[in-house]
Amino acid sequence: MLPSEFLLLLFLAITAVVIARLEYLFAAAMLTGIFSLLSAGLFTLMDAVDVAFTEAAVGAGVSAVLMLGTLSLTVREERQGKTRILPFLIVGLTGGALFFGTLDMPLYGDPAAPIHQYLAPDYIAGAESEFGFPNIVTAILASYRGFDTLGEVAVIVTAALGVMALLASGRGQEEAGDK
Amino acid sequence: MKISGMRMREKLIVRVIARALIPFILLFGLYVQFHGDFGPGGGFQAGVIFAAGFVLYGLVFSLADLQRVVPWPVVELGVALGLLLYGGVGVASLLLGGNFLDYKVLDSNDAMQGLHLGILLVELGVGLAVSSSMLAIFYAFAGRREAR
Repeated sequence: MLPSEFLLLLFLAITAVVIARLEYLFAAAMLTGIFSLLSAGLFTLMDAVDVAFTEAAVGAGVSAVLMLGTLSLTVREERQGKTRILPFLIVGLTGGALFFGTLDMPLYGDPAAPIHQYLAPDYIAGAESEFGFPNIVTAILASYRGFDTLGEVAVIVTAALGVMALLASGRGQEEAGDK
Repeated sequence: MKISGMRMREKLIVRVIARALIPFILLFGLYVQFHGDFGPGGGFQAGVIFAAGFVLYGLVFSLADLQRVVPWPVVELGVALGLLLYGGVGVASLLLGGNFLDYKVLDSNDAMQGLHLGILLVELGVGLAVSSSMLAIFYAFAGRREAR
């Protein structure tokens, strides 16, 4: 791994710890935006530009705004509770198990990894001649996996409908809110 | 939106910069939408960027100003139309004798043209659905805040 990726990962970890430790939620919400921006940088370095794009737009852009919107409906300070040991143990154990799980995973960028043996070579070899444009990600999303993407759009629409049903109860309230 | 006691609309620098930036954000959104075949990006990213431009307008000015530009019914319509456009392309390819979402049958003369048309329409559907959904969620949150 390149040193710059290590540096970004270090900043990412620091940001995560700071978000968890902060009691001033306004700053924590802003920091989640920075967390997303750092992730986007990391994704770019790992050549996953489309993912980085999404992370930067959604994470650093819209969700930080939504988080602030939520904050303005509640309080800005986290309530001080006493430190409890059981949640810490559960989180620590889960995290440890996840780390343990990564030991079994193939190394990053390993060409012999199972995921690079099946389908992916066909996509890489066939996409440009079959579609006539160079972005394989678009070819996979829109065509090879078109059905999955339809499902994803349905999920997003369902999420929007859910939020509309829960929060924007009736247009009368909206108009009252405008005044 | 109220940040640190002072209303955003009273902040001259923020207003002027937002006003100058918003057209470029929207233009960039369109670029990402229609250049997704060649560069990184596509309907999803474009939709979010496009919505972010409007959200910025809503933050700097007010929700009422934003809802004059994009009213609620338009957003609601966009959410449904985006998904409908995507599904509609699938149904259209079914009716033209292909499989569901088989874009090649969309153009009877040139399969490649049909493929490109299908991907363009599908990405447009994704962009419309995503940007409208983002705006709908923002409206829902911000509307509640201003109602209080």
